[in-house]
Order: sequence, then C-alpha cells, then structure tokens
Amino acid sequence: MSAAHDHHHGPAKGLSRWLFTTNHKDIGSLYLWFSFAMFLLGGTFALVIRAELFQPGLQFVEPNLFNQMTTMHGLVMVFGAVMPAFVGLANWMIPLMIGAPDMALPRMNNWSFWILPFAFLMMVSTLFMEGGGPNFGWTFYAPLSTTYGPPSTTFFIFAIHIMGASSIMGAINVIATILNMRAPGMTLMKMPLFVWTWLITAYLLIAVMPVLAGVVTMMLFDIHFGTSFFNAAGGGDPVLFQHLFWFFGHPEVYIMILPAFGVVSAIIPTFSRKRLFGYDSMVYATASIAFLSFIVWAHHMFTVGMPLAGQLFFMYATMLIAVPTGVKVFNWVATMFRGALTFETPMLFAIAFVVMFTLGGFTGVMLAITPVDFQYHDTYFVVAHFHYVLVPGAVFSLMAATYYWLPKWTGYMYDETLGKLHFWLSFIGVNLLFFPQHFLGLAGMPRRIPDYALQFANFNWISSVGAFLFGFSQLILLFVVIKCVKGGKKATDQVWEGAQGLEWTVPSPAPYHTFETPPDASLIKAQ
Amino acid sequence: MLSKAKLWLSLALSTLMLWSAGLHAAWDLNMPRGVTQMSRDTYDLHMTILWWCVAIGVVVFGVMLWSIINHRKSKGAQPATFHESTKVEIVWTLIPFLILIAMAIPATRVLTAAYDASESELDIQIIGYQWRWEYRYMRENMDEEEVSFFSVLATSRDEINNAADKSENYLLEVDRPLVIPTNTKVRFLMTSADVLHAWWVPDFAIKKDTVPGFINEAWVIVEEPGIYRGQCAELCGMDHGFMPIVVHALEPADYQAWYAEQQAAVRSIQEAAGAELSMADAMAQGEQIYTRNCVACHQAGGVGMPPVFPALAGSAKATGEAAITMETLVNGVPGTAMAAYGRQLNPIELASIITYVRNAFGNSTGDVVQPADVNAYIQEGQ
Repeated sequence: MSAAHDHHHGPAKGLSRWLFTTNHKDIGSLYLWFSFAMFLLGGTFALVIRAELFQPGLQFVEPNLFNQMTTMHGLVMVFGAVMPAFVGLANWMIPLMIGAPDMALPRMNNWSFWILPFAFLMMVSTLFMEGGGPNFGWTFYAPLSTTYGPPSTTFFIFAIHIMGASSIMGAINVIATILNMRAPGMTLMKMPLFVWTWLITAYLLIAVMPVLAGVVTMMLFDIHFGTSFFNAAGGGDPVLFQHLFWFFGHPEVYIMILPAFGVVSAIIPTFSRKRLFGYDSMVYATASIAFLSFIVWAHHMFTVGMPLAGQLFFMYATMLIAVPTGVKVFNWVATMFRGALTFETPMLFAIAFVVMFTLGGFTGVMLAITPVDFQYHDTYFVVAHFHYVLVPGAVFSLMAATYYWLPKWTGYMYDETLGKLHFWLSFIGVNLLFFPQHFLGLAGMPRRIPDYALQFANFNWISSVGAFLFGFSQLILLFVVIKCVKGGKKATDQVWEGAQGLEWTVPSPAPYHTFETPPDASLIKAQ
Repeated sequence: MLSKAKLWLSLALSTLMLWSAGLHAAWDLNMPRGVTQMSRDTYDLHMTILWWCVAIGVVVFGVMLWSIINHRKSKGAQPATFHESTKVEIVWTLIPFLILIAMAIPATRVLTAAYDASESELDIQIIGYQWRWEYRYMRENMDEEEVSFFSVLATSRDEINNAADKSENYLLEVDRPLVIPTNTKVRFLMTSADVLHAWWVPDFAIKKDTVPGFINEAWVIVEEPGIYRGQCAELCGMDHGFMPIVVHALEPADYQAWYAEQQAAVRSIQEAAGAELSMADAMAQGEQIYTRNCVACHQAGGVGMPPVFPALAGSAKATGEAAITMETLVNGVPGTAMAAYGRQLNPIELASIITYVRNAFGNSTGDVVQPADVNAYIQEGQ
C-alpha cells in the first residue's frame, strides 16, 4: 500500500503529536479518551447521589451539595461523555467508511477538540468556588439559575458557550466531510447508516446549539446587565426560558441517540451475517425523527400551564415519534430474524441496546399521554425513562462500538472473556439501578430530592446497589482497552466474519494515513 | 468483644426495624388510583397504554428471542438473504399509527375535562415560596376576615439528620395543612413568590407549576374525606425536598365549622397584637420561628452559609437600628432567597423573630420590638 511513502511522516513524537495533530484518527482517540474520563467523573458524581439516597435521612452531603452533584452529573454526562464520544467515533470512522483520507477541515478539528478540556476545567472548577457550583439542575431553569443562582453561574455560562462552539465546529466538519469527500461510487444511499445518522445529527447540532448559546447569553444579561428576559418582576417570562431551552433540549436528546442507531445498524448485520433489513426505510425514519424532534419540545413542559390547544398539539406530535422509532426497532429485529447469529461482546451490547432502548421508548410513549404525564412529570419515572434511553441506550451503543472497532484501532483482539464479563455486570447493574426507579416514580417520589419519605426506602436501596455495581464494572472496560492497546492476538483486516464496509478493507491497525488514493469502486457495496 | 457483638446486634435490629417500618407501602409498584374522577381516569389511561406497551413488547421481543434461540450459527443456521419489503414496512408503520390514534382519543377527552375549571364553588390561591406553601382562601365578601396561612415542613431537623427516629410520615408532615370540603368543586389558583415550584398531590392527579408572574389553575372534587399528601415537584433550590403538601378533606359541614374557627382566630390575633410583648416571650417564640423558617439558610447559631446566605451573628442588619432589621424581615431582600415575611407571619410573630435575631447568637441589642411597632411599620409602607 502507499501508506509507507517516504514523504509521508508518521505521527510526531511525544506530547506535540497530540497537541498539534490534525489527523482524524489521533483526534478521534483524543475525543474517546476525554469522553471516557468525563464518563468516570460524571459517574463519580452519580455515585455520590446514590450513596446519599441509599437510605432515608441526610448521611453524606448537605442538600446544596446534593443539588450541585445532580447538576454536574447531568452536564458532564451529556456534554462531556456522550456527545464527545460520538464525535470521537465520527472522527475515527467516517473517513474510513466513506473512503476519505481525513476530515475535511483538519485544523478546525484540532481546535474543536482542544477547547473542550478547558471548558470542562472551568465548569468543574466552579465546585470549588465561593458559593459552590451550579445547583439548579442540568436544565438550569430561570429564575433559579439567574436571580437565585450562585456567583459561579457566570463561569458555567462561559463553559457552555465553549462547549457549544466545539460542537458546532465538529458538526460543520462532519457535514463538509460527508458531502465533499466521499470516494467515487460512494453515493448517498450506499453510505453506512452510521454516516447517515451522523450527517443528520450534525444538522441538528448546527440548528440547536446556537439556541442554547442564545439562552445562556440571555441569562448572562439578566444576571449582569439588568435585563429581565426571564424575570417576571421586570416584565420578563420564566416560561420563555423553558421554551428556548427545550427547543435546544429535545433535538439534543436525538443528537445523543441517532449516532447510536447508526452504530447498532452496523453491528447487528455483522453478527447476524445478513444484510440490514430495510436500509432505505432506516434512512427515512432517521430523517423523520430528526424533523419531529423540532416540533415536540413542549412535552417537557406539560405542567407549566400551556393552553389546551398547545397541550394537544405537543401530545399528538410526540406520540408520532413512536412510528419511525418503531420502524427502526422492527428493522433490527427483522435483520436478526433468520440470520446466523453469534454473540461476541459488541453483539451482546447491541442486542441489549435494542431491548432496553425499546423499554425507554415505551415509557416515552406513556409520558407523551399528557393527562398521565401530570402524574409522571418530574418524578423518578422520568428519571428511569431517560436513563433507559441514555445508559443502556446511548452508552451501551458506545461500548458496543468500542468493542466492535477496537481491533481495527489497535490491531489486536480484545479479551473476549473480560468483555463478556463487563457486559453481564453492566447489564445486571444497569437494570438493578434503573428499573426500580419506575416504581419509585409511580409511587410518588419526586426527582432531585436529597432525602425521601420512608415508603421509598426499599427501591432506593436496590437502586443504589445497582449503581455501585454498574459504576465499578466500567473499570473492567478501562482494563480491557488498555490491555488491547498493549497487545494480544493479532487482528485480521476483516476482523469479523460478517463485517461489511470500507473500514474492513484497510489493515489492522488502520495505518496513520488511509485512502490517500480513493478505494476501488468495486469495494463499495450497497449496505 | 462484647461491645462488638452489641454493635452487630443493634445494627441488625435497626436494619430489621427500618425494613418493617417501610413494609406498609414500601413495595408499591404502581400509581395510586386516587380519590377523584380525574385521578381514576388518569389511572385507567396509564394502565391502557401500559398494556399496549406490554403487548407490543411481547411480540417484538418474542420474535427476537426466537431468533436468538433458533437462528444461531452454533446450531448451524444459514443466513437468509432477504433484506427489504415495502409491504412489511407499510404494515409496521400503519399498525403503531392506529394504536396511537386509539390512545389519543381517550387522552384528549380526559385532558379537555382537566382543563375545564369553570363553575368552581371555592377558590383557593396557592403561592409557592422557598420552601413553603401559602394558602389564601378567596372571600366573597371583602369585609370578612381573610383566612390565609403558610404551610411548613413539620418533620424535625433531628429526624432528617438521623439524630432521632423517623416518624411514620417522615418528610410528609406540615404544621398547618390545607383544608378543603369534599364533594365540592375547588379551584386552585397557583403562582410563586420567587422561583418555580410545582404543587402535586398524587391522589388528586394534580401537578401544576407555580410560576412567578403567572397564575395557573387546576381543580378538584374530592369524594372521600381524608388526609392526602404530596410534595413540591419542581426543583426550587436547596430545600426542594423539604416542602411537602398535606391536604385535609372534610365533610362540607365540618369544613364550614373549621373555616369559622379560622376567622375567629384572625380576629383574636388582631386584638392580641395591641398587648405588650415581654423579652422572655419574644425570645421563646422567636426561637421556634427561627427553627421553622430561618435555620435552613442562616443555620444553627446564625452562622449562615456565606456568601449566598449571610450570617446573622454580628451582622450589621441584625445589630443596627431596629427599623433596618424590621425592614429586612417584613419586605425581604429582593433578588435573593430572603423572603418577605410581612405576610407570612402575624405581627406578634414578626416582633418575636425580630427581637430574637437582635438578641441571639451573641447579638445583644437588648431592645424588645413590639407588635404595635411592626403594625405601624407595615401600615406606613402601605
């Protein structure tokens, strides 16, 4: 192959390789390691929460610190763990999947990663400031976050601005790469679904991150410059905050799940040894979900006192999302049906994803029914719902992706026994953790409380046990990855028997530069 | 050795006690059916959509499980080659769509009914504060005494801090519950004095945000007398978890008697406010009020949690002129969590708490602020 040409340098040595790199694989690795570090940090905050909720009474943290923990847990997991992890996968895999030599805008790629650690350093440092860090929930509803917020809120706002800038740059890069750098013969409808879902996700990011930037800027003005966007006493409107936030926030939850759909749509066919069922309908369903995500935001606000017509519109629109989402689940099951299945670790995570994401989808439909939502709203039922779609949903897909592509990244096979152990402990832990929370919510336990009435004690106890099991199981993943980077059984180029796509035509590990000349068009097959 | 055995025994016993104390309702799996038509309709909708989900889940996961068991490579399965079918896609687009329409119709009916708050027989204003509720009964005749009061968590800090055994209604008990008549359409008009809160009683299937600058409405017809409990459902700051709701539903005749009693109490407080308050009485009552209303932010000993919640010990506002302390207590400090207590406490209580903070935690101004002074100050402000 041409990778060994003398005028092509390998990676630079030492720290400067990582600081100045414009290589999509290096930047992808940086994103993935950063997001894993944030996953552990956000997980630590979660364990503080679950330790406090292990039994009734205040044991470990006082209520103000508890609120800082719930806020930081949400912010770090959403903006620090899940989103950058998918950007990392996009960096690594999109050029390999579409036969491109790199991302379209490599210098911006470096910049969009390297501002992230500073954003999180600033945000986490607020915990040590006078008055503490943000304590108003990751949704930072005004006026609790403006008039009544701690002094550190300004740093939080600036950190959000930086994260938003990073996400927008990443999204521009993904779109520019996919639209301009596909190898000859790689038509749009031949792209792997991971590429499709990321293309649509990138458009969502560009559409809504500026809205988030706008809303935090309005907060900044309310706090420092005497405006009253969200202050009723000055003629402002606290409900406006929620409309703006959720106009960002609802597409945001699809930003975190659409690339997961792409990952699972790659893994299930591989281990079923059968083509993905209904490729075209998968693309259309993804686009439909993205469109619907813009017109359902107020279902997060059914209790704010909207007029009846508004409530009905948002109820109907939200229920509609179940249709394209159902199509996706049916297609995955139809792909497995009459395949030749094997159950390596990526497949185990992918199957668990389909089952538990669907459970989260069911509770999502239940939450859409407005009059019943009055009972579910702001209870642990909602906590269970969104953790089911985010943890055994999005996070499991990230783990599936890690095991699936790790041999391509490192050139070695990971330890399958440890991988399976990691899966089963995570699977048991996550269900112990989140399933009882459905019952807590239905029985009437509000979310974001540091202490609770005695009838909630039993299920909280179980949930906390599950949390620690799930949390500590993730150290196995860290161990498996480090072990795999260091060596093991050599991986073949193909790695998995049933794998399809251009990334499996390059050597394992993937050379520093790939597809400097476009791949042969005969290698590009319909998915 | 003995002490170790004792420790284990007491640990086991307390675990057992915790276990049995929680037994009565601790394994509840489902939503309460409630005591109103609305809560029963909500419950029925909840069960319908749940069973639809279960049915769909059984089919989808059933097919998946079938494939996992029978179509595995280790059993020699050969992969089929089919990969698309427009017919099948249309079928599994249409079926969910029809199920959703079947759900949307009853949901629309229930929601429309929930929004009809017309023709109420009693209106009560609910105002959320950090971290308590105020209930104001709307009068038909403005010459009558207004019945209004604050409802504050009654669980002691010792129970919360594990220094005392937890009572049965731990965190779900208030000093003064809301009282409403049964079989009467009661309309709640909700707003907030500071941040967002949400008033929620599961047995009524009512959850509504209280939003500063807005008035939201909800209504209820409670069919059975009883005590119904709920909690604030919208994160409202530090003590969000400590502002429960308790509603006593009484037979209409009992309710009328209670209401007349409340009006009489308002009259007697107005009369008592003319009397002289002694230092000892003021300090005793002031300490109670401090424990109930102030200690969450200003902390025991008045040390506060600076910079958000300032210390009272040695503070200029507490030890300077009495008028400044009075102003802070009566009007609050706008833009901070310091609420205006002018409406929350009666003049005797206000005089006591003002005197208390001026003479506790090492502060020693030595003066006793009188209810008459407070009344004069409030009237001057109006």
